[in-house]
Amino acid sequence: MGVAAKPVEAAVYRSRRAGLVGLAYLAPALAFVLVFTVYPLGRMMWMSLHNWSLLTPPVYVGFDNYERVFRDRQFWVSFLFTLKYTALITPVLIVGGYLLALLTAHNSPLRKVTRTVVFVPVVIGLGVSSLLWYWLFSADFGLVNRALVDLGVVSGPVLWLGVDADTSNFAISASVVWKVIGFGMILFVGAIQAVPTEITEATLVDGAGYWQRVTRVILPLTLRTVLLVTLLSVIGSLLAFDQFYIMTAGQPQNETATSVFYVYLNSFPYLKLGYGAALSMVLAVTILAFTVVQLLLARRSEV
Amino acid sequence: MRARRGYLVGAVCVAICAVMLMPLLMSVLASVKPTAEAAATPPTYLPHSVSLDSYQRLWSYQQGLPTYLWNSLGTALLTIALTLLLTVPAAYALARFPIPGKEVVFVVLLLALIVPYQAMLTPMFLMFADLGLTNSLFGLAILHTAIQLPFSLYILRNSFGAVPRELAEAAIVDGASSWQALVRIFLPSTVPAIVTVALFAFIMSWNEFLGALVMMSKGSKFTLPLILAAARTETSLGGTDWGMLQAGITISIVPCVLVYLLLQRYYVSGLMSGATK
Repeated sequence: MGVAAKPVEAAVYRSRRAGLVGLAYLAPALAFVLVFTVYPLGRMMWMSLHNWSLLTPPVYVGFDNYERVFRDRQFWVSFLFTLKYTALITPVLIVGGYLLALLTAHNSPLRKVTRTVVFVPVVIGLGVSSLLWYWLFSADFGLVNRALVDLGVVSGPVLWLGVDADTSNFAISASVVWKVIGFGMILFVGAIQAVPTEITEATLVDGAGYWQRVTRVILPLTLRTVLLVTLLSVIGSLLAFDQFYIMTAGQPQNETATSVFYVYLNSFPYLKLGYGAALSMVLAVTILAFTVVQLLLARRSEV
Repeated sequence: MRARRGYLVGAVCVAICAVMLMPLLMSVLASVKPTAEAAATPPTYLPHSVSLDSYQRLWSYQQGLPTYLWNSLGTALLTIALTLLLTVPAAYALARFPIPGKEVVFVVLLLALIVPYQAMLTPMFLMFADLGLTNSLFGLAILHTAIQLPFSLYILRNSFGAVPRELAEAAIVDGASSWQALVRIFLPSTVPAIVTVALFAFIMSWNEFLGALVMMSKGSKFTLPLILAAARTETSLGGTDWGMLQAGITISIVPCVLVYLLLQRYYVSGLMSGATK
């Protein structure tokens, strides 16, 4: 009997009964997830196969909703705009975040303070920061236009938000960069600090300059974190909602309504629940593809 | 040469701090401008005189600021409580007990990581409406707990797994049950992880916008971000009340920044272990 040495411990954590006790500790969380995550997911799949508008009982329509999604012009406008936003903001977040991390990775007091300050906007709400930038970018009441006019960069107030899709995209991306750039930076700092000092010192002896060290040693050794942060940023951008709802409300003509925004519009104000569910499913599958890549990357690097 | 580069790095750091803090500082300053100045166009950079008018208007706006503060705070506290009540025992079970099919159970529990809640709001709303959980702080806290559960469980499971086996065994030899071992040995040893989980739950719930927008349709149940977003469009006949908006932004930001500065190391360590693994 191998367990005889510690019979008491075995009874509490290793016996057959221990499995049941463990299940009892696990049961509340498991029940919660089954009710509030698994069930809605199943219901969403079911809804996406039905035509349903709260007022009338649901009617089974097969894959009609999905067919409609792919023929829906606004779905593509929203999807492509979301991709455009993601393509615009991701490189800035990654390159900018990495440069900030290189700047502040050493633990001198000034650099630590800089790290803390750059991270502050990460902990405030995206909704609230969007309201703040809605004011800063406001044509007549905003300080951005005031400063640009005073500096002579523009002759009159620029209409940043809700008039032109590209201008809005630019202004909103700038505000979100301010809000989330510290997130990548903090993770990059962690990765850079984990690079063994012997390796960086060895290259110093070889006479490599700073940027050579970055490109030949630090960047390759932190590549996994760069990839993970890129994926997290891409997923976050594909799910963008708050900033567009608050800063442009989808204007002009829903050109800046992102994918999540379009799901929201169909499900809530328009009450096309079946159609909203089909849109949600398409969105969920898109995100799933990116998440699978992320998990594969994470798994491979643990070995 | 080296010294000059040091100065350059220092100057860049100071410039970056200035750029990052400027929007926050400008908002706080705008919140103490007198009513007329806050609505001036073009806007003034610095307040010409200081006044708390904007805060006064916010205090009595619609249902009154105390209602919205309470809705936000109540939801956040309920979210913390629910998250901990569910994930602490579950993490204990996953880290220490021989549960059949443990790996599968863990994946099911992390499901919300794979399917974002933004994509599930429609069925969740219908379900919550059936259960009478819309326009309820408790209902919103349930939604926020569902969002926060996978991350919390992951952090806590790792932390429970790291408690030395001998510690628990010693207690059990002394006659403690698994529950007593949880309370006497595991909880005190995992305080940092518990603080991290509570901190993330608070910040997420206090700030969350889309879920609250969908679940809360009654003005009296609005959280702070919701009432501010509503105030942006529907203030008075004279257009947006910018001063009041800045006062609201300032009040929303202060608790987050305070808890972050006080508990920074918990936040950063949670982020590192939660995001990169």
